[in-house]
Amino acid sequence: MGVIRRHGSFVLQVNPILCDGFGHCAELAPDLVHLDEWGYPIISPDPLPLADVGAYESARYAERGCPRQALHVAKVHEGGAGTPAPRAGDGPVSRSPRPL
Amino acid sequence: MIEARSLPRLFAGAGTRPATLAEHEVTFQPAAARRALLEELEASGLVGRGGAGFPTVRKVQLIKAQRGHKYVVVNAMEGEPAAHKDHRLLSTNPHLVLDGAEMLAQMVGASRIAVCVARDNPTVVNHVERAIHERERRNLRGPAIDLHTPPWRYVAGEESALVHWLDDNESLPQYRPTKPHVLRIGRGAALVDNAETCANVGLIGRYGADWFRALGTAQHPGSTVVSVTGAVTRPSVLEVNLGTPVATILATAGADPDPQAVLLGGFGGAWLRGEDLATPYCNEALATLGLSVGAGIIAVVPRTACGVAEAHRVVRWMAHESARQCGPCAFGLPALADDLAQVLRGGPDAVAAVARLRERCGVIEGRGACRHPDGVVRFVRSSLEVFRRDVDDHLRGAVCAGARSTQHYLTVPALEHEEDLVWE
Ligand code: SF4
Ligand code: SF4
Repeated sequence: MGVIRRHGSFVLQVNPILCDGFGHCAELAPDLVHLDEWGYPIISPDPLPLADVGAYESARYAERGCPRQALHVAKVHEGGAGTPAPRAGDGPVSRSPRPL
Repeated sequence: MIEARSLPRLFAGAGTRPATLAEHEVTFQPAAARRALLEELEASGLVGRGGAGFPTVRKVQLIKAQRGHKYVVVNAMEGEPAAHKDHRLLSTNPHLVLDGAEMLAQMVGASRIAVCVARDNPTVVNHVERAIHERERRNLRGPAIDLHTPPWRYVAGEESALVHWLDDNESLPQYRPTKPHVLRIGRGAALVDNAETCANVGLIGRYGADWFRALGTAQHPGSTVVSVTGAVTRPSVLEVNLGTPVATILATAGADPDPQAVLLGGFGGAWLRGEDLATPYCNEALATLGLSVGAGIIAVVPRTACGVAEAHRVVRWMAHESARQCGPCAFGLPALADDLAQVLRGGPDAVAAVARLRERCGVIEGRGACRHPDGVVRFVRSSLEVFRRDVDDHLRGAVCAGARSTQHYLTVPALEHEEDLVWE
């Protein structure tokens, strides 16, 4: 395996509407996720460097392990001032245009 | 034509019933199609009047850049129980709001306009219905205007909840991880603007940016509508020049001249101390105190009232109005209300309750899908700060007279049973 140089940074985001608060993610990524007194995850909104492979891997691990698929690892654009990249499928399900 | 430096602007020619289209066109001349609408809007520096205080032109440009069908959504939901401005506007000059909505639709290229009024207010619904009908007969070209009546809930007027309702009949806020986020109805991008913002656009489109900027301050131009409630002899909806001292507005409504504090911006807002009433009413000046105009509410609380009791009633109701989608909001806000109840009762547990309140505020902030919990956190923090004397009294066990009386000053609706809450 060659050395992959990673630039940029990432944030682990939780969709609070989907999250049901069983706290699985705190076990999968204990260094990134803390739980509040009701069992819901508290995740720092500050981006972490992608070069921090350990943190990135555990973020991906939590993302895959979340039973509600509420977690998402978002890449932060260079110079994007903390704005995560948009991803396909955001927003409500697309439907054909229709009258209101 | 209305004089640039005179008030009323938005309420010009307002009578006791809504102006008909003909009367409306006598008061404000007919809306001529200005070609450089977007440039005028940009030059006017209009900021949204719904609460967030976001520059309207930036939203318009964002939606304009989207492809496909577009919608303009006029938000007259008025989720704040103390607010009456949008309803007053729609019951006096509904066509000004609709003019503005049509101009916004022209700017972004929208084919449909959705006017949203809570169904709990049938009078306003009727007024809007009639106004839309009048226009239908007049011009068949241009975007189609429909009236929509979602149920009244505090968060139903939140823009993503409103769009969710139009899209899928549920007044629940949506998760928006990216900023800025384009809300969509079906596939079509939706531009959501407050009714008062639309009315201001209606004026800018007619008279231009220079005319608009003749009132207000450099950063926050124009006039705005405020609902003054609480300890006032004449609870009223007033149109004021932005930058007018808060004390002057209060005097017009016949408020208690020496109040303990006034709540600015509604239940998701914060308190202005009675000592700071000389502050100009505009975001520029209020921002230095960590406040904002918000949804245009001023609620007066006199010195005899207990700040803790008032805050507790508000927070309990706000916790009840959570859409219960997100854990930190569904569990955190009732926890805040319980802590405040503990402080209200006083005694030895109250000291721990205050510490817990501060800690929980930090935990909850920013973790909901919408800004509802953040508004409550701001309100709680500001209450602890501004009513520190009342809080200290309660901590010492000397529960004040205000807490024992049944007289309250903030209008908080009665709590409904959880099963009775209607979201669709
Ligand atoms: S694993 Fe997913 S659903 Fe469970 S608490 Fe974490 S984010 Fe929420
Ligand atoms: S933060 Fe509260 S009000 Fe907003 S979507 Fe979540 S549960 Fe609903």
